[in-house]
Amino acid sequence: MDQQVATFAVKSGLAQMLKGGVIMDVVTPEHARIAEDAGACAVMALERVPADIRANGGVARMSDPDLIERIMATVSIPVMAKCRIGHFVEAQILEAIGVDYIDESEVLTPADEAHHINKHAFKVPFVCGCRNLGEALRRVGEGAAMIRTKGEAGTGDVVEAVRHARTVMGQIRHLQTLPDEELMAFAKENGAPYELVVETKRLGRLPVVNFAAGGVATPADAALMMQLGVDGVFVGSGIFKSGDPAKRAAAIVKAVTHYNDPAVLAEISRNLGEAMVGRNVTSIPENELLAGRGW
Amino acid sequence: MRIGVLALQGAFHEHQVMLERLGAEVRQVRLPAHLDGLDGLIIPGGESTTIGKLAVDFGLMEPMKAFAVEHALWGTCAGAIFMAREVGRPQPLLGLMDIVIERNAFGRQVASFETDLDVPALRHLNGGGKAYHAVFIRAPLIEAVRGTAQALVALPDGRIVAARQGRWLATSFHPELTRDDRFHRYFLEMVQSKSER
Repeated sequence: MDQQVATFAVKSGLAQMLKGGVIMDVVTPEHARIAEDAGACAVMALERVPADIRANGGVARMSDPDLIERIMATVSIPVMAKCRIGHFVEAQILEAIGVDYIDESEVLTPADEAHHINKHAFKVPFVCGCRNLGEALRRVGEGAAMIRTKGEAGTGDVVEAVRHARTVMGQIRHLQTLPDEELMAFAKENGAPYELVVETKRLGRLPVVNFAAGGVATPADAALMMQLGVDGVFVGSGIFKSGDPAKRAAAIVKAVTHYNDPAVLAEISRNLGEAMVGRNVTSIPENELLAGRGW
Repeated sequence: MRIGVLALQGAFHEHQVMLERLGAEVRQVRLPAHLDGLDGLIIPGGESTTIGKLAVDFGLMEPMKAFAVEHALWGTCAGAIFMAREVGRPQPLLGLMDIVIERNAFGRQVASFETDLDVPALRHLNGGGKAYHAVFIRAPLIEAVRGTAQALVALPDGRIVAARQGRWLATSFHPELTRDDRFHRYFLEMVQSKSER
């Protein structure tokens, strides 16, 4: 009997297996081990966490394949890695290494200011960021099998993550009130593929798994995003820029499971040490914001 | 019938949708008290290390083992790993079924696949004659079945991808990711059967 690989069902299926979980940014194999032991459902292998990318400036690129492979060799959970927006050769390299998911990410410096990668052309699945429903459905149209709301990476300030999650959820609720004859105009106004608009209305949710990202620093932040309706949470700088990464990582994992149980959340929020210092998004100049990258 | 779905992490909602479509009452299980009054339990796909750690941290290991003595359990993918006695690396396991699992046996995500399977155990169900289309995601293999555990489904090359031991079922693929509800109906039959293991 034939086996079919790289179908959309197996690409989006892995994202479904990540649901209710926490995906953690790690920069060394040791971090990856800490993340796995804390209960991460996947890790994102990169050279610098977003807070350091922000602090260092310069061009941020795909990580060294050697670092990614060492992290892949260390943990049994899925390993993701980032490529620049539109940089399909970085994506080809990541596919050749055998990463489990590619994040075409605004956290790195974009390589193309008009076009994203044609993700249908790859065997490896992609996750992409969004700030609104139109952006999410454009990425799915290009082949993304998973979406994350962008938030503002490397800040420890959850306000943009909330804004983007509320925007996407609000637009889906609005879409469901529209009669079918208004869906084409909705697609046109939002720059979204019509067929995916129709499907989103029918499902009452995005057609692929949707995680929150960008600014989650505490168990309460993670549970907030879950209560707003996302399927899981990415934590970037929030863990390894905090005082006690292992403890905080484990607490955030528990918070995503018990997001609707304030008594459990109170218990796991105790004595976690210092959260990452963080930076108010409102104090960051417009041209240093990452979420605006993506077309 | 009231079926629990372990909701620590993974694709528990997908199982819930399938079960509710079949008329079962479903409860998400996150704490030991959530097991009370259930007729059966599904452990979904997800990451087995994550599910195992959370099960330990929230005191679910012993209550689930005790529940399993009297009830039907079904683990898909990570759930199958969690129910096995041996997986070849240290991680928390319920250790119920006499099966040996190899994790990520087919390789990384780019090797994940779909295929049609011949499943004799489903033949008595509606639509039972047709092939079963199965989705494998970074899937484990059942390397060996021992004791009273029996192989239920194999790939054409003979490698085992589902096993049953009394009222315990393990599948390395994901019926909850398809629209074919035969495996869920098969499990509900197991829940209703009072047969001895």
